[in-house]
Amino acid sequence: MSELTSKTDTVVAAQAATTPDAVLATDAGPAPGKPRSLWSDAWYDLRHNWMFLLSTFLILLLLLIAAVPDLFISGSVSPRDGDLTAHYLQSPQMSHLFSAEWFGYDHQGRSIYARVLHGTRASILVGVMVTLVVSLVGGLVGLISGYFGGWVDSVVSRVTDVFFGIPFLLGAMVVLNTFAERSVPVVALALAVLGWTSIARVMRGSVITVKQADYVTAARALGAGTGRILFKHILPNAVAPVIVVATIALGGYITAEATLSFLGIGLTEAISWGQDISSGKDYLRTAQYVLFFPAAMLSVTVLAFLMFGDAVRNALDPKSR
Amino acid sequence: MGRYVARRLLQMIPVFIGTTLLIFLMMYALPGDPVRALYGEQSVDVSQIAAIKAEYGLDKPLWQQYINYLTGLPQGDFGTQIASRRPVAEVIGEAFPVTIRLTILAFVFTVLVGVSMGIVSGMRAGRKTDTSVLVITLALISVPSFVLGFLFQWLFAMQFGWVTPTVQDSMNVGQLLLPAIVLASLSLAYVARLTRTSIAENLRADYMRTAVAKGLPRRRIISMHLMRNSMIPVVTFLGIDIGSLMTGAIITEGIFNVQGIGNLVYLALSRREGATVVGIVTVMVLIYLFVNLLVDLLYAVLDPRIRYV
Amino acid sequence: MRGAKSAKWVAMAAVVALGATACGGGSGDGDSGDSKAAVDPKGIFSVDVGEPQNPLQPANAKESNGSKVIKAVFSQLVDFDEKGEVVMENAESVETEDSKLWTVKLKDGWTFHNGEAVTAKSYVDSWNWSANIKNNQTNSYWFSDIKGFEDVHPEKGDPKSDTMSGLKVVDEKTFTIELSSPIPYFQYKLGYDVWSPLPSGFFKDPEAYGEKPVGNGAYEFVKWEHKKQIELKTYADYKGEDKPKNGGVIFKNYTTVEAGYQDLLSNNLDIIRQIGPKDLPKRKTDLGERAVDQDYNAIQSIVPAFYTKQWKDIDPKVLQGLSMAIDRDTITKTVLNNTREPATSFVAKGVAGFQEGVAGDILTYDAAKAKKLIEEGGGVPGNKIFIQFNADGGHKEWVEAVCNSIRKATGVDCAGDSKPDFQTDLDARDAKEVKSMYRGGWVQDYPLNVNFLRDLYGSKADGNTSGFADKEIDGLFKKGDNAADLDGAIKAYQEAEKAMFEKMPAIPLWYYKTNFGYSTNVKNVKFNTEGDPILHDIEVLKK
Repeated sequence: MSELTSKTDTVVAAQAATTPDAVLATDAGPAPGKPRSLWSDAWYDLRHNWMFLLSTFLILLLLLIAAVPDLFISGSVSPRDGDLTAHYLQSPQMSHLFSAEWFGYDHQGRSIYARVLHGTRASILVGVMVTLVVSLVGGLVGLISGYFGGWVDSVVSRVTDVFFGIPFLLGAMVVLNTFAERSVPVVALALAVLGWTSIARVMRGSVITVKQADYVTAARALGAGTGRILFKHILPNAVAPVIVVATIALGGYITAEATLSFLGIGLTEAISWGQDISSGKDYLRTAQYVLFFPAAMLSVTVLAFLMFGDAVRNALDPKSR
Repeated sequence: MGRYVARRLLQMIPVFIGTTLLIFLMMYALPGDPVRALYGEQSVDVSQIAAIKAEYGLDKPLWQQYINYLTGLPQGDFGTQIASRRPVAEVIGEAFPVTIRLTILAFVFTVLVGVSMGIVSGMRAGRKTDTSVLVITLALISVPSFVLGFLFQWLFAMQFGWVTPTVQDSMNVGQLLLPAIVLASLSLAYVARLTRTSIAENLRADYMRTAVAKGLPRRRIISMHLMRNSMIPVVTFLGIDIGSLMTGAIITEGIFNVQGIGNLVYLALSRREGATVVGIVTVMVLIYLFVNLLVDLLYAVLDPRIRYV
Repeated sequence: MRGAKSAKWVAMAAVVALGATACGGGSGDGDSGDSKAAVDPKGIFSVDVGEPQNPLQPANAKESNGSKVIKAVFSQLVDFDEKGEVVMENAESVETEDSKLWTVKLKDGWTFHNGEAVTAKSYVDSWNWSANIKNNQTNSYWFSDIKGFEDVHPEKGDPKSDTMSGLKVVDEKTFTIELSSPIPYFQYKLGYDVWSPLPSGFFKDPEAYGEKPVGNGAYEFVKWEHKKQIELKTYADYKGEDKPKNGGVIFKNYTTVEAGYQDLLSNNLDIIRQIGPKDLPKRKTDLGERAVDQDYNAIQSIVPAFYTKQWKDIDPKVLQGLSMAIDRDTITKTVLNNTREPATSFVAKGVAGFQEGVAGDILTYDAAKAKKLIEEGGGVPGNKIFIQFNADGGHKEWVEAVCNSIRKATGVDCAGDSKPDFQTDLDARDAKEVKSMYRGGWVQDYPLNVNFLRDLYGSKADGNTSGFADKEIDGLFKKGDNAADLDGAIKAYQEAEKAMFEKMPAIPLWYYKTNFGYSTNVKNVKFNTEGDPILHDIEVLKK
């Protein structure tokens, strides 16, 4: 779960620690101004990478499912209403493609296929929202502490350490317990509260490297204000590693949401894969498919975002290939 | 060196206080009252609850409770569990050896399998072996550990019958193996990838070319030059990872019936045993901080260019 | 009774977190296949009992695990038979003329496990100590019926006295209990653990005795390995009639029911009190005759929060309609896997005063009639109900099924309102913040209908958290409390129950069952209606 996000954190920390302050952005700096630089090179790379193409296809498909789940199932099937007398634990009919009975029925007599489709929205929404919040907050904090250094940096670094020190899963459990209604934004916020630190660290390291670049000195010499230097010169050149870490972490946040739902403290009213896996575990000896399909769907989704992030990383940081 | 360590230790103090305070506040903000909870479903004896709260100092203002807690810590006083009336230190002490065992097992597994997978694929970067390692690690990372836990339970216990689905004796290393593998799988994937990247990168480094040009035997090049240089990021990751392995145990211990810290903290949280939760977090934060320091010191050993002053 | 074994629900929630499958049946008795094997009277067997959460002091062992130990180590004045009738245990007699002054005579020759004689003083001192607010016993309010309780347990400040004036030692073996007001069924309350006697050593070091209790019961406490197991051995000088046919028992702690079940299959555990959901469907294949389902005196219901706008002035017809919209039969057989049985009244089956058919058709599924009743009653305000439950108790599955049933039958929308854990659930109920309805549950404190009626639905009852208040029902309860004797009280309360179906203070759903199993090492395994194995009857086979 969250282990995943915390692990992304540690990987980043590990890399940051080895080449102190240098981080992933080493290639981002030297070619400012030229349109045919890092970004267009990266784009060229990506178009020829099977992992990127496959993951993009999967992500687009998932987004479509999230937007209009009913498009993928024949007939109108409610994911919420079940029929205990007619469908209690009916086995999958693998030949009935895209039908309600394709993946079988669960212990409430509900179509597992319909539930798997309808669970997509919440998972992806949470993943995307956390990533956005974390990138904004973490990015800003990292930008400020990296650029100004000194006591600002010391204070921010200690605060980051504090949040980093709290075990992610445990922290999220405590935070979510305080909410009675746990909608998508609430869960996203809880994850973001504990997750922003990794982005902040990456951004800080990246900014420290970039701010020593000649063009920054030049801009300053020409009398550019702090705001202009920060957002016009430093940010565009320091943002690449943040994008990489954020895309990879997105998969982790989806897992985190599922884990929390699995523990019963995730989303309350939405249909969620984590919850369905949790109830499916009781049928592990008798009807494995109740657990299998939501679990597979969850894994494929995380995999898609992971591969996407991986491909982007490789494109932006050719050194790691 | 000595000054560096001293400075690092000093830096730990605000982080430590901040973390414990944060958890303390979070526990306090939770709905539900541990003393009231002793009474369960129905209405309760208000005067008795007040008396019990007074005994544990729970009627005092929050800041005072926190100060009391902090001042007790140096004497090894982690507070008292409300329901069992046993010292928290004793309760944590019982669970810790189990989690340590599980963590060490997982750690050993991570290092052995992860590093060797990384080396193999790093040496053959871009070839078939590399791609298959990449696919395996991607799969391991994308399957959440609770799903992997059930998958292994179903496969190895229910289908093959090699093990019991749950751990019967939490101190038995053989039985802890399966949960340890589940716990390790995610770290393992990361270690493999980190090692691979690091090896592949260093293979192209100048010093490698020099070593080859000098005509050093291949074995010596790999073990002395390549390994030593490639292991730095891996060691960092492993160091920090010990902490996250311990928290990951919340899920794994639950699925496999391991009676360690993860189980304890989960129960304590749902019973609102604040002292127990804060105590466990305190211990974990301490471990995390010290391992971090240790790892930083280890750099100097691995990379002579790094000197701490 | 006030609060009663309520905290048991925490533990029970975990056990019943089950919820799963397959056909049940099975009778109360389950002799193992080879009953011909010789019995070892000194044999020791094991039962899965979790780590007690509280110190093992009789008035402190509120949750079910600790209470199991207390019940084995201590004997009370009275006990109950299968029909819920009172039988004498340590008491020779418990008598009263006016239901206010009770005289207790003890049997001769009883001793504590340390050899000390059990006397009238052992009881009186124990109760005075347990009731004292300073000793922080969570069950202290159980003594509140006794005259002088306020002196040892004031609402504020220090106690005025160390003793309750209502308790008087007459001689070595006799004492009297004076209540502050008459209770015709007081002897029923005396069967609960809190009324245990304590040896004189206890008062010098209650903490040590809480870690290693010394009682007067059939089993002597040997040792407690925390989080692992509790060992008890048969007390050689036990004078009670339920003398153990075995040499002792070990209570083993498992954090998951699956782990316990695995040990049962490999004969490392002899009795599992509740088979987990994963294994329920397979239990007959795994264990054959050794998997048994038995009635358990506990009921589950959904309770409208009468303080909300939605239910404040509701016509009971609407609630009757909702009740008839729940297909209890199908749900218990599928989603709940026969771990429960549809309720037929407000009172559990094995309880004195239970009446068959008192509910008419109100607890029977009938979609058409349900719809009609709701319409006649003016419909459900907002046309949507929520059922609050705690996610850590395994309630989600049946709440979803009940909602599904209601939605389908009546068109009233229904959703679960999940609270992450029991604490949060309780908190919302205490603060009267339940937004629509909540899951209610009750395990008997004592096997009498009064316990399932007055203690939950009396307008002043401590168990009444829904805000239900009805003058007519209160009046009928009062009549029972003023009855001349036990029979009169039971009858009056039966009348009250009939009237309750016209008021619907709650919607009864189902009774609990115990789905237990045992190993091939033991035979003659039976459970009582409190869901506990009858330890002393269990026989261990020679190996």
